[in-house]
Amino acid sequence: MTTTEDGILIRTTINGDPTTFLASQRDSLLEALRERLNMTGSKEGCNNGNCGACSVLLDGRLVNSCLVLAAEVEGARVDTIEGMAEGEQLHPLQRAFLEEAALQCGICTPGFLVASRALLAENPRPTEEEARFWLAGNLCRCTGYDKIIRAVLKAAGEMDGKR
Amino acid sequence: MQAVRYARASSVDEAITMLREGGETARVLAGGTDVIVQARERRRHIDLFVDIKHIPELMSLTLDAGGGLTVGAATPLYRVYGDAEVTRRFSALAESTHVIGGTAIQGRASLGGNLANASPAADSIPAMIALGAVARVAGPAGPREVSVADFCTGPGRNVLQPGEFITSIHFPARPAGSGSAWERFIPRNEMDIAVVNAAVSLTLAGDVVTEARFSLGAVAPIPLSVPTAAEALVGRPLTDATIAAADEAAKAAATPISDMRGTIRQRKHLSAVLTERVIRRAVERARA
Repeated sequence: MTTTEDGILIRTTINGDPTTFLASQRDSLLEALRERLNMTGSKEGCNNGNCGACSVLLDGRLVNSCLVLAAEVEGARVDTIEGMAEGEQLHPLQRAFLEEAALQCGICTPGFLVASRALLAENPRPTEEEARFWLAGNLCRCTGYDKIIRAVLKAAGEMDGKR
Repeated sequence: MQAVRYARASSVDEAITMLREGGETARVLAGGTDVIVQARERRRHIDLFVDIKHIPELMSLTLDAGGGLTVGAATPLYRVYGDAEVTRRFSALAESTHVIGGTAIQGRASLGGNLANASPAADSIPAMIALGAVARVAGPAGPREVSVADFCTGPGRNVLQPGEFITSIHFPARPAGSGSAWERFIPRNEMDIAVVNAAVSLTLAGDVVTEARFSLGAVAPIPLSVPTAAEALVGRPLTDATIAAADEAAKAAATPISDMRGTIRQRKHLSAVLTERVIRRAVERARA
């Protein structure tokens, strides 16, 4: 981390790409992603850690990017929703969300996808209860959650079947 | 958020120096799940965050040869409840840390942060009190130890002096025949602040309770120790009557307020109900 007149220079790895960006010391990681790096997939819902719309992985761990300072990711690895599809090829979770109509307005969707990917990385065949417990920190005001859980369990089945 | 500077400490001594230079508006940053929100919402004036997560001992979790447990103050909660030995031997701690916030909060939040934040409804503090935990503190006047039971002094207030911070929480070894349990009441399934929470650690020799420590949260300005509930059990064979006496003692010790989360009457009632539940579960574990 280098301090300059315009702020601090942060060196990190985002979705596998070495990335250097300038931020203010007061920026959250969410603000830096959206406003400095133009990666607007991570959403601001509550900005206080309740809603999960800003979910990203930090060194492989699910976190709320609104509760991380940008300066904290110096030397760390960040994975966002932008790194989930491979080119035009959607991630199985993204496909399942579309097929199961697991979204309506879509604001919570990137957070749910990132959090669900973290769940399946740790627990490839979660039960419904395990999926609901893991995703309790992601709020959705449209779907009533059933379709989201259905999509996650469907993607888990597809992904696990291909191992 | 207000203007704020960020500094990364690589040792306890360096953190002490940074905090001293930062003065009274400097604060340590562990998981940030409370302090970042407080700074953003201007509930606390913070000019400097000293990140303590790059100090190896503050991110550790160690079981010593004698069976004691030391958890670095900034170690994220998922590593606490994710440890099989913690779950087996320090069950109340695993149960409480597993439901603080959601998964993303548990990826960052820490025991040191939950204790320093000193919420009367903090979920991990009653578990730490019941397990007899001690907070190890560093600061300009040197290191010291404070029992977790004596750490909080009021809502959001604690015994830390300017420039001091928690480095680790130490849990003494568990005697043979011990069990512990923690439980809370919330109207939702997850992601809520306790209406009441309760914890117990007890030790059995045959049917006789030889040691017990109780704690209740969200029923007083600080998480409470409840020695009167322990007195109802210790030295006696465990029966429905002694358990009921402990429940009544917990109910009597609770001095809650009525607020948006619950009434005085409900919280007094819950103090007894949760105390009974944690006793029965801790006893099962002690006998297992």
